[in-house]
Amino acid sequence: MRAFRALIGKELYIYFASPLVYLVAAAFLAYTGYYFHSDLIYFLTFGFGMNIMENFWQLLFMDIRLVLIFSVPLLTMRLLAEERRLGTLELLVTYPLSDRAVVAAKLGACLVVVVLLIGATVLYPVWLHRIEPFEWTPLVAGYLGLVLLAAACAAYGLFVSSLTDSQVLAGFLTAMPLLLLWLLSWNEAASGVNTLAIVRALSLFNHFQPFAVGIVEVRDVFYFLALTAGFIWATLRVLEARQWRGRR
Amino acid sequence: MRAVDDVSFEVERGEVVALLGPNGSGKSTLMRCVIGFFAPTAGRACVRGIDVAERPVQARRHIGYLPEQVMLYPELSVRRYLGFVAGAKGLAGRARRAAVGDVIERCGLRDVEHRATGKLSKGYRQRVGLAQALLGDPELLVLDEPTVGLDPVQTVEMRELVRALTGRTVLLSTHILTEAANLCSRVVILRKGRLAAVDTPAELARRVERSAAIVVRIDGPVDAVREALAAIPGVQAVEVVPEAPAPGTTFRIAAQDIEPVQRAIGGAVVPRGWTLLEVRVEMPTLEDLFMRLVG
Repeated sequence: MRAFRALIGKELYIYFASPLVYLVAAAFLAYTGYYFHSDLIYFLTFGFGMNIMENFWQLLFMDIRLVLIFSVPLLTMRLLAEERRLGTLELLVTYPLSDRAVVAAKLGACLVVVVLLIGATVLYPVWLHRIEPFEWTPLVAGYLGLVLLAAACAAYGLFVSSLTDSQVLAGFLTAMPLLLLWLLSWNEAASGVNTLAIVRALSLFNHFQPFAVGIVEVRDVFYFLALTAGFIWATLRVLEARQWRGRR
Repeated sequence: MRAVDDVSFEVERGEVVALLGPNGSGKSTLMRCVIGFFAPTAGRACVRGIDVAERPVQARRHIGYLPEQVMLYPELSVRRYLGFVAGAKGLAGRARRAAVGDVIERCGLRDVEHRATGKLSKGYRQRVGLAQALLGDPELLVLDEPTVGLDPVQTVEMRELVRALTGRTVLLSTHILTEAANLCSRVVILRKGRLAAVDTPAELARRVERSAAIVVRIDGPVDAVREALAAIPGVQAVEVVPEAPAPGTTFRIAAQDIEPVQRAIGGAVVPRGWTLLEVRVEMPTLEDLFMRLVG
């Protein structure tokens, strides 16, 4: 536990010692702020008096999700790729630490940053609530969904980062499939009848949609948790492989 | 490819043992097996009886490792980095601060403790590497080429630091014989991943002594002198040393047993009217032995 604290402390220190995290945060807040503004205008113009959850918050959560897709790869690409490139992984694995603690600390630190980013957007509903009170409890589901989605994306990014020593490649290979999944769910008419079922089952975003309207379904929670656990498992196997592949 | 094959040796508590071998002889691979970075495909490495491959986390509590290339997180300061390592090795609170302060003092890092590790010179990086290995008070220190790439002053300082580790068990690798001879109580010589010899530096030196050489400088006709020297009983070979200082010609005489040959030289040279300018015994260095063992 002490070792884990030291590890996560180091990860967070390195995050906040580099300008990248501030740039990502600035961009994240700028984009989500823009979406808040434009979705609100849309709601006031076309949906005034209609259900605010379906016609405003749902849109905003879907848009925040899109900004997350671009932000998370920038935060995960460094995690293991840089340790490989610097060679620090070799020293790290000679300390009395399990690979599990290393992976947990890296993912944990990344999630701390992501949760801070998502948390900052709570400002928007708080501000709106002061002007015009509304039922806020369904928003909790939306935020839970965002955190679960971010965890799954971050675990995937960590896994990709463990495969290469190039940060750029890691970031690219994390962002591309996420973007593809988003595109597929964005225009379902473009997929054939047979493939649509597969796309829906795979797509992160169809499982996210219920959260965005305030519904927490056990199978969706389970889906994101299973995905996160699966990529953690895969990352651990990659780290283990150094023992028989004989490289860092 | 087989990097290390059929190598077996023990290091006793408190002993300083050198792994000696040319580059590519399997030193680093062997050390990485000892620290549990690689799992050996056959055989095992045990530290205090704990199999490193089977129970790596427990075994590593007793091991401090200095890699050949000390890799640090460039953003962290020396103190912060060492604090992180101390934490990773399970220290916390006051014990952690005390341990970090202690290794900073011991490795002479006081002047650079607040500098980012990315901006350190090679010598200081190596010291930070040693400091992180010492954290957590491991009983076994595994030092992979602790002086490689350092300038002469840094090399001497690093050796002093290693020598000051009295009481600890140290396994260090080097390709410099004098370093092994100076620092270690036993030397393990590797050659192409196999064990070439295990012995104390003194015993290795004794082995070499038996084949010492006599160097003589004689003023006389070169070929005739060489023949005369070769005719002395017990002489194995005579060679002319090129570009030796004038006057005279310098010859190196190889013999199994030096002393009788040494005594006979005067008798072989002086009566013929040649001038004997110098006679000295050249003790072969460990380098010579090394060349013979691994060459």
